[in-house]
Amino acid sequence: MAVETDWIERLSGESSARDAALADLRELLRAKLRHAFASSGDDFIEDITQDALLKIHSQLDAFEGRSKFTTWALTIAVRVGYTELRRMRWKDVSLEQVTENSASVDAGRVDSQNEPAASAARKQLVEAVHTIIDENLTQKQRDVLQAELAGMPQEEIGRRLGMNRNAIYKLTYDARKKLKKELERRGFSQEDLSTD
Amino acid sequence: MDLSKENMDALLGFLKQTKDREATCDDCLAAMAEFAETHLAGKTIPESLKAIEDHLEICAECKEEFETLLTALRKM
Repeated sequence: MAVETDWIERLSGESSARDAALADLRELLRAKLRHAFASSGDDFIEDITQDALLKIHSQLDAFEGRSKFTTWALTIAVRVGYTELRRMRWKDVSLEQVTENSASVDAGRVDSQNEPAASAARKQLVEAVHTIIDENLTQKQRDVLQAELAGMPQEEIGRRLGMNRNAIYKLTYDARKKLKKELERRGFSQEDLSTD
Repeated sequence: MDLSKENMDALLGFLKQTKDREATCDDCLAAMAEFAETHLAGKTIPESLKAIEDHLEICAECKEEFETLLTALRKM
């Protein structure tokens, strides 16, 4: 097995050294991914090990040496695994289904926020959030926010909108910033956002 | 768009944690290995990794990946 400092050199080297390094890395990743995704079958582990190896090998330049190479490689492999798991779990669900189901469930629950037990301050805050969502966010921001709150993973939302996970994060981050800024402009403080 | 109490609470929690500058999922992936090693070594998280710590509090997917990475690393 290669020592940590050898990995980049071996994986970038001549074919025999590279093939040996890839075999070592495959063995290591396969063993770790079995622990990481213990409830998944051997086929799944083999597939994500292979996909991760390809991804890692194509991204060697991105390794900055801020951690052990094997930790960095495993980080990529875990993301590859979750990307595939989430794709499989959500493959039959459309964005419209998620937002429509969420909306129909929500419609029945809104009244619970109007119960006498809810404080006047909470009611004002809830009303303000709903108003800002309706008036200040784009339709895409509303759809993505609703899908996220309904539990759909960002990369699956992105897959349906032709965007990557990072772009979805930025979209909802901009929505959150807009919401927070507008709430502050309307006099709500950081403490008011507590849900206790 | 109406939100249930649960979703409203979740959104308010996210808003409370929202900062003027945040690490993205790509930033988090790039630094996750270093963050995980620091975490497992029991060291104080340096200022350069604070944004990653904050991101893991707000991003369920990165958090899930981080916890799984820790599980795998503990077996190393």
